[in-house]
Amino acid sequence: MKKISLIAATVALGFSVESFARDQIKIVGSSTVYPFATVVAERFGKTSGFKTPVIESTGSGGGLKLFCKGLGTEHPDITNASRRIKMKEVKKCSKNGVTDITEIKVGFDGIAMANAKAGPALELTLKDIYLALAKVVPADPEGNTVKPNPYKMWNEVNPNLPAAPIVVVGPPPTSGTRDAFNELAIERGCKKFPGRKALKKKDKKLYKKECRGVREDGPYVEAGENDNLIIEKLVADPGALGVFGYSFLDQNRDKVKAAKVDGVFPEFEAISSGKYPVSRSLFFYVKNAHASVIPGVKEYVKEFTASKAIGNNGYLVPKGLIPLPENERAKFEKDGKTLAKFDSSVLKKK
Amino acid sequence: MTKNFEKINDSLIKRQKSEKNFKLFGLIGIICAISFLIIILTSIIIEGKKAFVSTYIKLDVFFDSKIIDPDNTKEDSVIKSANFNEIITKSILENFPEVTDRKEKIKLSTFISSSAEDELIKLIILDKALIDQKKELWLLASSTIDVIHKNPDMLNFPEDERLIDDKELKWFQWFLSEEKIKFSANKNFFSNADSTEPEQAGIWGAFVGSFLTLFVTLILSFPIAVAAGVFLEELAPKNKFTDFIEVNINNLAAVPSIIFGLLGLAIFLNVMHLPRSAPIVGGMVLALMTLPTIIIATRASLRAVPPSIREAAIGLGATKFQTVTHHVLPLSMPGISTGTIIGMSQALGESAPLLMIGMVAFIVDSPGSIFDSATVLPVQIYLWKSTAARGFVELTAAGVMVLLSFLVLMNAIAVYVRYKFEKKW
Repeated sequence: MKKISLIAATVALGFSVESFARDQIKIVGSSTVYPFATVVAERFGKTSGFKTPVIESTGSGGGLKLFCKGLGTEHPDITNASRRIKMKEVKKCSKNGVTDITEIKVGFDGIAMANAKAGPALELTLKDIYLALAKVVPADPEGNTVKPNPYKMWNEVNPNLPAAPIVVVGPPPTSGTRDAFNELAIERGCKKFPGRKALKKKDKKLYKKECRGVREDGPYVEAGENDNLIIEKLVADPGALGVFGYSFLDQNRDKVKAAKVDGVFPEFEAISSGKYPVSRSLFFYVKNAHASVIPGVKEYVKEFTASKAIGNNGYLVPKGLIPLPENERAKFEKDGKTLAKFDSSVLKKK
Repeated sequence: MTKNFEKINDSLIKRQKSEKNFKLFGLIGIICAISFLIIILTSIIIEGKKAFVSTYIKLDVFFDSKIIDPDNTKEDSVIKSANFNEIITKSILENFPEVTDRKEKIKLSTFISSSAEDELIKLIILDKALIDQKKELWLLASSTIDVIHKNPDMLNFPEDERLIDDKELKWFQWFLSEEKIKFSANKNFFSNADSTEPEQAGIWGAFVGSFLTLFVTLILSFPIAVAAGVFLEELAPKNKFTDFIEVNINNLAAVPSIIFGLLGLAIFLNVMHLPRSAPIVGGMVLALMTLPTIIIATRASLRAVPPSIREAAIGLGATKFQTVTHHVLPLSMPGISTGTIIGMSQALGESAPLLMIGMVAFIVDSPGSIFDSATVLPVQIYLWKSTAARGFVELTAAGVMVLLSFLVLMNAIAVYVRYKFEKKW
C-alpha cells in the first residue's frame, strides 16, 4: 500500500507541475555555438536583471529535435546550430505547431584540421581529404565508377604527403561540425572529379551518399562531442590529424598546429573573408510563440545580436568567434528585434 | 616407504614453489593497483591544487566621481549602472603612461577579471565616502594572466605558442618585478556556480545541485527499498512469483545507469511533463538506480538477524508486524544504513543518466529548490573538461578532488557505522 500511495503521490505531483511557470530561458543545441552562447547568457544574467539562461550542449541535430517537439514551457525556447536548419526539420517543427521561428546568424567558424606540434607540417587539398576519408573513392581518374576506399597511407592519396598511416580523429555524426565537414570538405573534394559531379544531376541521392559518406573501416576515429578530447588524442599520437572548430585551435596553439587546406591556414582573416575553404556559419533559432511568454527571450536575442557582442570588436571575438560583415549583422539585429518569421522557401533554392 | 617419502619430498618443493608464485602474483597485482591509484591521485592533486589560489594584481584605484556619480546623487542605482570598467582601465593605464593606442588599452584592461567591476560596486555601495578617494586594492586577474602566472615556463615559449603576445608579456613582467602581482586564496571556487570565465567559476552551484538531487533520491528510495526488502524477506510467501521478483531485483542492480536515464526521459519528462534539468527528476532517476542496491542490503542484513529473536518475540505473543518493527528491523538498521550510504555515494558519482534528462547544462544561478535547473558535481567536472579555455584544466582537477573527498567521506561513514553498531551474533 505504502508503495502504491507513494507512486500515486509522485504521479499527482508530476501532473501538478505541468502548469509550473518558467521564468528562465532554456537553450539547447550545437556544441560549437555553446561556448559563445554561454558567454552571452552570463553577461545577460549579470546585467539585465533576468535569470541567467540555462544552456545544454546537445549537438545541432539533437537541439533542433528538442526544439521542434512542440510549444509549451517544457520545450526549449532557443536552439543553437552550427549549420542551417534543414527542410526536414522545418516540416517536423510545423507538424508540432512550431511554425513561427526566427533565424539569427551570429558569425563564422572555420573547421581546422590540425596535428600535434611534434607531427609533420601538412599541406592538404580538398581532394586529398576526400580521397583519404570517403567511404568510396573513384576507381578511374574521371570518377565515373567507384570502389571501396583502399588507401591506408597519406602518400597513397597524394605522393607529396608523408608516408604515414591515415588517422583522423573527429566528431560523430550527431555533430554539426561533422555535417559541415562532410559537406564543405569531403563533398567539395568529391566534386573535383568530373564523373562524380555529373552524378549529382543524374542521381542526387546516390551522389549525396557517395560524396558525403565517411569511411567506417578505421582511419576515421569518432571522438564524441568533446573537442578537448580530440586535442589530447592528438598530443598523445603525433601521427594523427584532428578535426575541430577554430576556437579550440586558437586556445591550444602551444599543443597543436593547423594544416593548410588548399594552401590556406585557418586564420582569422582567411576564415572571415571566405578564403579558407572549410568554414561555415553559426546560427540560433528562436521560438517566437515563447517570446511573449518566457521573460527575457527578446532581450537575450538583442544582447546576442548587438555589436558589442558579435561586432568586429565584440566580446565574443577574443573567444574565437569570427564576426559577420557589419551590414549582415545589422540585418540580423533587426530580424531579432522584430522576430521576423523565418521563410523556409530559401532552403529549397539551394 | 622411502620411495613414497621421496615422491612427497619432490612434489613438496614443486608445491611450495607454486605457492610462492601465487603469492608473488597477488603482490604484483596489488602493487600495480596501488601504483596506478597513486599516479592518478598525484596527477590530479598536482594539477588541482593550483585551482585553490588565484592571481591578484595591485592597483591604485581612483574612484572618480565624474564616472561613478556625476550628479552627486549618492543613490545605489546610479552607482550600479556606472562604468566601472573605465575606472579599472584608467588605474592600470596609470602604470603605463606610454600606452596610447586604443587596441593596446583594451588589451591592458583585460588583465583584470570582469568580476572586479562587481567588487568595486559593492565596495562603493558599502562605503560612499570612498568616492573621489584613491585606494590601493588587490583585484582579481583574468584567467589568461592567472595561467601564465601559474606556469612560469610559458614565459620562455615563442610568441605564437604563448597565450599572450610580447607586449602583454612585457607588462606582465613589469607587474612581477614591482611585486604588484600575487597569489591568494580562490574564494570564487567555493562560493560561485559555473561561469564562462575560469577565474569566476566555482563548484558551489554543482554542490547544491548534488545535495538537492541526493535528498530527493534518499527520500524516495530509502522507504520504498526498506519496505520492499522487509516484505520480500519477512512477510512474502516463498513461491514462483516472489522468486521471479527476486531474480529481477538482482538483475536490476546490474542494469547500466544510462538505461535509467532513458526511462526518466520517457516517463518523467515526456509523460509526466516534469521540468527538464531539475533535481526532482534527477533524484527520481537516481532513486530507481539506487533501489536494488538498498533492497539487497536490507535483505542481507535482515537475514543476518538470528531466527531466535523472531521466535522469542512470536513466543511472547507479538504479531509478525510487531516482530519486524520492534526487533528485527532495528537490529538490522546498521547494515541497511551502510547499504544506503554506499548506494548514495554511487548516485553521487553518476553522470550518464542525468545527461538524458538535461542536467548536463550551463547553469550560472545556484539552484534554490528541487524544481530549479541544476547540475551535479560529476557533470560539472565533465562540462569544465570539455571547455576550450585553458584555465578550466586545473578547475577540472580541483572538481575531481572535491568529488573524491565526498566519496571517501561517505564511504568512511559507512565503514564507521558498520564497525560501531553492527552486532556479531
